[in-house]
Amino acid sequence: MKKLIFDEKFCKGCGLCVAACPKKILTVGKRLNAMGYAVAECIDESACIGCAFCATMCPDCVIEVHKEGR
Amino acid sequence: MKKLWKGNEAVAEAAVAAGCRCFFGYPITPQNEIPEYMSWRLKEVGGHFVQAESEVSAINMVYGAGGAGVRAMTSSSGPGISLKQEGISYIAGAEIPCVIADMMRAGPGLGGIQPSQSDYLQAVKGGGHGDYKVFVYAPASVQEAADLTFKAFDIADKYRNPVMVLGDGMLGQMMEPAEIPAAIDPATLPVKKWAACGHNGGKQRVLSSILMNPDDLEEHNRKLTRKYEQMAKEETAYEHYRTEDADIVLVAYGIVARICKAAVDMLRQAGIKAGLFRPITLFPFPYGQLVKLADGGVNKFISVELSCGQLIEDVKLGLYDSKNRPEVGIYARVGGNVMKPEDVADYVRKGKVSSSWIK
Amino acid sequence: MDQVVFRKPKLLNDTPMHYCPGCTHGIVHRLIAEALEELGEYDNVIGIAPVGCAVFAYNYFRCDMYEAAHGRAPSVATGVKRACEDSTVFVYQGDGDLASIGMAEIVHAATRGENFTVIFINNGIYGMTGGQMAPTTLPGQKTTTSQQGRDPKEHGNPIKVCELLSTLTGPAYIARTTVTDVKSVRATREAIKRGFTMQKQKRGFSLIEILSTCPTNFHLSPLDSMKYIDEVAVKAYPLGVYKDIGLIGEEKKQ
Repeated sequence: MKKLIFDEKFCKGCGLCVAACPKKILTVGKRLNAMGYAVAECIDESACIGCAFCATMCPDCVIEVHKEGR
Repeated sequence: MKKLWKGNEAVAEAAVAAGCRCFFGYPITPQNEIPEYMSWRLKEVGGHFVQAESEVSAINMVYGAGGAGVRAMTSSSGPGISLKQEGISYIAGAEIPCVIADMMRAGPGLGGIQPSQSDYLQAVKGGGHGDYKVFVYAPASVQEAADLTFKAFDIADKYRNPVMVLGDGMLGQMMEPAEIPAAIDPATLPVKKWAACGHNGGKQRVLSSILMNPDDLEEHNRKLTRKYEQMAKEETAYEHYRTEDADIVLVAYGIVARICKAAVDMLRQAGIKAGLFRPITLFPFPYGQLVKLADGGVNKFISVELSCGQLIEDVKLGLYDSKNRPEVGIYARVGGNVMKPEDVADYVRKGKVSSSWIK
Repeated sequence: MDQVVFRKPKLLNDTPMHYCPGCTHGIVHRLIAEALEELGEYDNVIGIAPVGCAVFAYNYFRCDMYEAAHGRAPSVATGVKRACEDSTVFVYQGDGDLASIGMAEIVHAATRGENFTVIFINNGIYGMTGGQMAPTTLPGQKTTTSQQGRDPKEHGNPIKVCELLSTLTGPAYIARTTVTDVKSVRATREAIKRGFTMQKQKRGFSLIEILSTCPTNFHLSPLDSMKYIDEVAVKAYPLGVYKDIGLIGEEKKQ
């Protein structure tokens, strides 16, 4: 089950999500989107606790956060 | 049923009769009776009145209410209409119907509060930015002011454009017997699908005048131009008075046209074949009628106006297409002074023709 | 079965926003949509966009929208509310739009107690036009029209809008927040929600001033722009609730 879904075409590589992540598992990588922005990505999704801090800080609604349902 | 009406109040009641349910105004002589009247009358019909903090604010309130599909109106005089110009351009650009009553006063600047027609070009050529036109009616009596205000709302809705009822201090302040057109219930008006008033069932409506892409904005201007040409074809209105065999024709609108009718009668009695041509729509201007008159033998036109040479511009413009270029002169009083019929008759009798009002 | 913890709110569509990377306009747009969604508002929302960077806000919301003349959004909203009394109206303005050319409009809308909710973006600069001084530019702050730094003797002093409007009788709720971190973003959403609730209960005028960033014209990174807000801007514009007449059904807080 994917915990973090990045809709990369909206990302502008601003890095606010990277700073907000308490687990420090996000980074703005080398991959560029169609607009030429380096997009944010998760380097270790297993460590993701689904707090959605990243999505809360994202100005462009790039990140959809999922969690293991009960 | 005829009643004695003050011009301004007849305009207000006619608007209510036409289904106007939102009025946004601001005090300025000589139109104060309009907001005063609306301040209590609209409540009686479930409508809304707001005295805005300025004319700038008032016209933008009209933008909002008109954009939501309600028949909306504002009124003012020269200085206030100047403040509204940006808003009027936005309203024309966003294609929002509304009615603006303008009771002209003497200018420029603070000027005076007496009657004048010195805002003619501002009204008909557009005082704001961009290629837009305001449809302009020029009533010459309290009855006509009521009738044209009533009709203005239909024109505004039909073309989704601002419509101005252009009067002056005299028309607004004088009282005459008049009958207000029969009131309609705005609920019976056709639904405006384009209106942004919520409950849109997921289909967004946007009222905006911004088009960053030049091709889109050019296409939008082409659409507006087609609209204005259609107005010219279908809505141009005017009156001929004793012009059938006239050698000389006075051209005048509004209250001045009534003064000229009396002058024409005096001149006719003195054996001078004079006539009056009265545009009722100032935009679209009845240029074609002037050409017909000129080609039919009228060799002299006198623009009679309460301004320093504004109406005369359109008279000359209209006569551009006439075969023989007739003489065009001007007779004007300004500053709040209004000529008497005999003044006009004397001027014509002297045979002078000058395109400067001070010669 | 997996549970969606966070997704784009329904009132925002799928048009990529034109705002600069890290600009907080995007966050605030989302908070408006989230607040309305939580209040069950969707079909009968009307937004008024200003002139400024958010002039294209109508491209991002699904609800009916107006694009108002510069500074006149509160007047447009006044007209809209008269025409559609049951609609939920939000007015989105920047500091140039609201506190400079539109000051008369916002003061009078507030004092009329107009039942709509103003979202006021205070980033201390004119963004769309390239970084000029705004009424909320701080003393000493360099902009393209105060290139040696704003000098109050020459350019006047910043205007504190919440303080100014809270002296009026018409407003029901006035608050100033930031969106610099998760905690403040959530607080802003609550403030916006409370503003909309005031509107629904016809309690009067509500305004939420949000200290915002303009990385491009701050000449700072998105992250450093957030720091600037937390370390500098909040000192000039203290956060908090400046007026709150309370909601119907809420017991008075002692």
